[in-house]
Amino acid sequence: MPKSKPEHIPSGPPTPGELPDNIVISSRVRLARNLQGHPFPGWAKKPDRLRIVEVVRPIVQETSDMEGGFSETMDNLSAIEKQVLVERHLISREHAAKNVGSAIVINRAGTLAVMINEEDHMRMQAIMPGFHLHQVYQLIDQLDSKLGAKLPFAFSPKLGFLTACPTNVGTGMRASAMIHLPALVLTDHINKIVQAVNKLGLAVRGLYGEGTEALGNLFQISNQTTLGEKESDILDRLVKVIAEIVKHEQNARLTLLEKNPRMVYDHVGRAYGILANAQTITSKETMNLLSMLSLGIDLGLFDELTHAMVDQLFMDTQPAHLQRNHNNQKMAAEDRDGLRADYIRAKLLGIKRPKFAPIPKKTQDDKEESK
Amino acid sequence: MKCDVCKEAEATVHLTQIVSGAMQKIDLCETCAKAKGVSDPTGFSLADLLLGLGQEGSTSSASLVAEMRCPGCGMTQTDFKKSGRLGCSQCYDTFVDGLAPLLKSMHKGEQHIGKTPPGHSENMAFAERLKVLRRDLDHAIKSEHFETAAELRDRIKKLEQESRAKIKT
Repeated sequence: MPKSKPEHIPSGPPTPGELPDNIVISSRVRLARNLQGHPFPGWAKKPDRLRIVEVVRPIVQETSDMEGGFSETMDNLSAIEKQVLVERHLISREHAAKNVGSAIVINRAGTLAVMINEEDHMRMQAIMPGFHLHQVYQLIDQLDSKLGAKLPFAFSPKLGFLTACPTNVGTGMRASAMIHLPALVLTDHINKIVQAVNKLGLAVRGLYGEGTEALGNLFQISNQTTLGEKESDILDRLVKVIAEIVKHEQNARLTLLEKNPRMVYDHVGRAYGILANAQTITSKETMNLLSMLSLGIDLGLFDELTHAMVDQLFMDTQPAHLQRNHNNQKMAAEDRDGLRADYIRAKLLGIKRPKFAPIPKKTQDDKEESK
Repeated sequence: MKCDVCKEAEATVHLTQIVSGAMQKIDLCETCAKAKGVSDPTGFSLADLLLGLGQEGSTSSASLVAEMRCPGCGMTQTDFKKSGRLGCSQCYDTFVDGLAPLLKSMHKGEQHIGKTPPGHSENMAFAERLKVLRRDLDHAIKSEHFETAAELRDRIKKLEQESRAKIKT
């Protein structure tokens, strides 16, 4: 039986620090499901929504997957706690805005989460570090089958799973990967990539999904259509496109190192310089500079620094995490920026500055070329 | 051919529009065409028109089309227009005429071919698909669309065979 105390908020999916290169940060699949004969959450009255939580929450909690996990109604979570869950990608920003009549159940490892009464009665997701979309789908598919055996899902043989928004009808599935593309951004190739991906019927979004900015050179690629295609075909299509983007990013890194090492080294060096010395820093600047440190690790410029450390810094310096680890008090933005800078400086104390390879002098030929 | 909007008068205005590669057709009588402001066929989308999402100016159309209300949850087309979200699963039946072209334009296909929930046994899915196909077949025969009818007949046959094969295994 899941505990229901806010202190037990799971730590989110494990960090992908061990992976050889950190381009695909995480893979996620979410399914939208509704119960037959009940109005969707956005249209339902409060008693209807409460009834759904009453029926659905125990059934989700009782699955073996959720043993030892976390379960709470949204009205019992503070603003900071909700935001912590958003920063860990365990609930959506929309769900964080909910109160009475919505709930969240998360497994112990932070790999499975079921939002009750978000836009649909159930939005369940599986998330894992690295590039494993098919495995992640299997995880959520199993939970979905268990729940589907106990709850009468709204389903039509023609339109599939019926969802509040017609854009999700059919499989109700949104599969996505979070990818880190600093070199494609530095070489100005990112817009071309985004356009090409859009043409293939896939969506590119920022760090927190729909309508959010691409902070820290992180992009979410996801399927846009849900009807008329099997889940496995949608995943295959997505995997192919993402693998292609990863190749482009790797090539862009090699090209940068070969053609313009001074520019890459400058970005990594400045990122280290600012993070290791700043006295006040915003969350946005932090994310963008940490992205450069991460690139530096991939390029072998740091001895001590690891992806796990950068990922930890990335998480712990976001506003809600920062406040939660500091008295759990709501702080003014300026105070947060100071606290953030102090925290990062302390963490980077033992990290030596990047070691740059000597930059080859430009030969006469190169100069001719650049004219 | 009857007008798609008032379903009474004879349709004399026939429009075809390509939306994201999918063809949409609408047939209107002269009165409804005027009321909807169909003079410049490029200036509006058929999906919008069918869903009652046309320009705000054409308020007279509201009186022409009695506003449909979902018997499951009470949602109207105006409500859907406001939020972009449906009220309940039954809305998909209630607003089927308006939703079909919309779904066609936003998705890869019109028929779900993915997962079926375990509670919804395969035989039940077969039965329901057969029911829908048979209804479409009746409709096609009555409206003398014989080519469609022949196609539907073949699909029913195939589905019946598949269903029998499934039960045996």
